[in-house]
Amino acid sequence: MLQITEGSHAVAEIAKFCRPQVVAAYPITPQTHIVEALADMVANCELDAEYITVESEFSALSACLGASAAGSRVYSATTSQGLALMFEVCFNVAGMRQPIVMSIVNRSLGAPLSIWNDQQDSISLRDSGWLQFYAEDNQEATDLHMIAYKVAEDHDVLLPAFVCFDGFILSHTYEPVDMPSQEEVDAYLPAFTPYHRLDAKDPISMGMYATPDYYMEFRYELERAMQRSIDVIKRAGAEFAEQFGRDYSALVESYRLDDAEIAFIAMGSICGTVKDAIDEMRDAGKKVGLAKIRTYRPFPTEELTRALAGVSTVAVLDKNISLGSGGAVGTEVKAMLAGSGITVLDYIIALGGRDVRKRDIAAIVDLADKGVGDMFYGLRTEVL
Amino acid sequence: MALNVGCAARPGKARKNKTGSWRVFRPVFESEQCTKCGMCALVCPEGCVIETEEGEFVPDYEYCKGCGICAEVCPKKGIRMEQEEK
Repeated sequence: MLQITEGSHAVAEIAKFCRPQVVAAYPITPQTHIVEALADMVANCELDAEYITVESEFSALSACLGASAAGSRVYSATTSQGLALMFEVCFNVAGMRQPIVMSIVNRSLGAPLSIWNDQQDSISLRDSGWLQFYAEDNQEATDLHMIAYKVAEDHDVLLPAFVCFDGFILSHTYEPVDMPSQEEVDAYLPAFTPYHRLDAKDPISMGMYATPDYYMEFRYELERAMQRSIDVIKRAGAEFAEQFGRDYSALVESYRLDDAEIAFIAMGSICGTVKDAIDEMRDAGKKVGLAKIRTYRPFPTEELTRALAGVSTVAVLDKNISLGSGGAVGTEVKAMLAGSGITVLDYIIALGGRDVRKRDIAAIVDLADKGVGDMFYGLRTEVL
Repeated sequence: MALNVGCAARPGKARKNKTGSWRVFRPVFESEQCTKCGMCALVCPEGCVIETEEGEFVPDYEYCKGCGICAEVCPKKGIRMEQEEK
């Protein structure tokens, strides 16, 4: 049913419909509204789940890991410093192949302290073995939670998943969201079937140590599961399209890329602004398009390469900076397109909540036209 | 043997953990010099030097980590440490 709702509440609602049996989270801006809402739902018996209150994010994800290992479907949510505190557990969750789904309400990392949006937090966990989905709007954020559970729990995958959506820009914004009913979600997402689970009657240990004779093979198996997830995501997206009419079967969404000379690559809410800016530039005769990355992990190399065939310049918008190297997405796109003849220019933008408007997107097209890139865009040089 | 998903393992004794793979140097027992004093078996921290029915002492390579203490204490210098080829 179409309803006007805050992003956080839409995500809390869909998390409830995904029927997690255990929720453990620690409140942190801008994720707070999600876990407040879930705590209410559990207290009001709308959600039959164990809500574990914890004293830190490290404990939150540790509790989730134990609950998942015991065979429960598990949900958590965090952001920024909270995710940073989960760093160690994140690697363990993936290594133990526990399909936990966690919302990441993207926020910048300190210092300096900032509660505002960029994508540095989840990008910094790119090597942890979690699938990473990025939502453009609250509808997509809602829908991706169902898809994330379906993909993560598939026995060909068995990897945890982040569903990332931009803090404040989406989380605190009211938008129309077509919220499915419990019955519809149940029809799409079957009950969780653990691959194996902790059971006192038939005990096992998970994540046991591996000597140099075995460790590499375990990492290789994780990488293979990531690669297998590509087809599982496409299938889960296609099934979703069939049931709900919204198509997420592609890992990369192409927007007006046919005959485009300059292509943007971006992730998350900024894609909405980019699309509007593209419409205006197209009206003015400028051949511009967008390749929106929906899954950053696994990285959609094949789809992205295909989407960009024919463009002469790619402008990557990175809401993160891998200090000492450049934007994380831009660096990967450059590696991917090496030798293709396509010019790849990287723009670090919107760090710590700096606004990006349509005129900024147009200005970046002008820079890309001149071959000027690999830079921070929008710096206030007067304070430097 | 295929790896268990998520490195899961059933409970078992330390005997299941074949620590011989850790070894860099392998003790080679030269029986012609052996006086059967048993010092090697006595000092082995893993308890993996075995006395056979004939009274010979032989290392169990499935568990021997190659620490070399047996070679160090052997009064006849009858145990040689050889580098493992891996």
